[in-house]
Amino acid sequence: MLKQIRTIAYYTLLEALRNRLIWLIAVVALGGVGLSGFLNEMALTEKREIQLALLAALLRFSGVFLLATFVVTSMVREANDKGLQLLLALPLPRAGYLFGKLSGFSVLAVMVGLLFGLLVAVLASPQQAIIWTVSLIFECWIVAAFSMLCVFTFNQVVAALSSVMGFYLLARSISALQLISNQPLAEHTPSQRAIGAMIDGLAAVLPHLEMFTRTDWLVYSTGTWTTLFALTGQSCAYLVLLAGAALFDLYRKNI
Amino acid sequence: MQVRPLSAVPKRVLLLLAIGLSAQLGWHFSHPPLPPVAANLPQPPTLATLQLASFGEPIALSKMLLLYLQNFDDQPGVNAPFWHLDYPRITTWLGLTLQLDPPGQYPLFLASEVYGDIRDQAKQRLMFEFVYHQFFINPNQRWRALAYAAIKAKHQLNDLPLAHRYAEAIRLNATAPEVPDWAKQMDIFILEDMGQYDNALSLLDALIQSGQVSNRGELELLQGRRDSIAAKVNRPKL
Repeated sequence: MLKQIRTIAYYTLLEALRNRLIWLIAVVALGGVGLSGFLNEMALTEKREIQLALLAALLRFSGVFLLATFVVTSMVREANDKGLQLLLALPLPRAGYLFGKLSGFSVLAVMVGLLFGLLVAVLASPQQAIIWTVSLIFECWIVAAFSMLCVFTFNQVVAALSSVMGFYLLARSISALQLISNQPLAEHTPSQRAIGAMIDGLAAVLPHLEMFTRTDWLVYSTGTWTTLFALTGQSCAYLVLLAGAALFDLYRKNI
Repeated sequence: MQVRPLSAVPKRVLLLLAIGLSAQLGWHFSHPPLPPVAANLPQPPTLATLQLASFGEPIALSKMLLLYLQNFDDQPGVNAPFWHLDYPRITTWLGLTLQLDPPGQYPLFLASEVYGDIRDQAKQRLMFEFVYHQFFINPNQRWRALAYAAIKAKHQLNDLPLAHRYAEAIRLNATAPEVPDWAKQMDIFILEDMGQYDNALSLLDALIQSGQVSNRGELELLQGRRDSIAAKVNRPKL
């Protein structure tokens, strides 16, 4: 099955390259450099910090958004073209298909992460840039896996992409939501408690993406290898969960 | 991909295109642009709202807000001078950006060197007090803006007691080795300017005897300064 996974991953990556996705990513990267450079010129002091913070935030969001869009549109197109049916008609287990696609998207995420990481490395210290890059790759892997799950569930670009963006933004702000709902001065009415419990429940099943790819690592050099180690654990756990959910959905699908 | 000739487009489609373009241009020119009006700085949102709106990027949001604040005087078609702005509201905005990005120095820089650099003394004092209160949260990191405020208080406001209060806060609280000696010693020379020679001498003596100053040139400079103050109050030289 490993060979089949490798073949599917290869053609997934080839599709991304032939879609000129890398060119689009390069254009976004250049746009980010230009915009952050412009804002850097507006700053009176802390110019490097301002440029780095804005560039990193922009690259992080753009990388995830482009990857999610590619995963969703590519898989929906494949489903509409009956490519999925064709592949599954071959002696290929459904798990092989899923892991092949996931591997292809993961390699693409590595390419995006490395390109963006090289850009921030120009302004940040090498160690912090490495930590930020690895974390961005983890983040992209989680989003790519979730995008696949959404495509299997919804089969439509708009619904899948909206769900991915909702998931991503919620995962990045769930800790802030928890802080707001649990603040001591908040009213403790039954409805507030119910909302608080719901937010706590959501926090338990969402990856804590606000801990990933942090700008303060780059700006204030606060990233450590230990942080990265913790993120590796979170990423592995969540990728296993997402792969399991996607496999569950794929095996139940009547194709 | 080859395109079909223009004649392939039905006349009605061209007519529809022309009507649409004419309607858009007519609408545009029938609504002349509104005269520029200087807007007031809006009421800042709560910290929780900003934290939520940052989507896990508080530092980037803080920097964006600071650039927005810094350029608020330059609005489309109109220029609102800093001293026209609502200063209490600005301090609230600056405080929020500091809470989003505590190690950031930019809000304090804006307060002391940009918003504090106007001719309205009441507003200047408001900014300096903001810097003073924020300084105590992390004195070893935030001393620079307060030192600047002390210099401004001395030379622009001519308020030596205020300058002394700021300089004393630095001397007593910003004790880390990375804080330069000139900032720690500023209080002594402000005391001298205030005519409080005895206090200045006591502080100088304590400083010289503490061994904190290891640079020979600086030590000689301090001793020379000490002797000149001592001469004013008829105290013996070292």
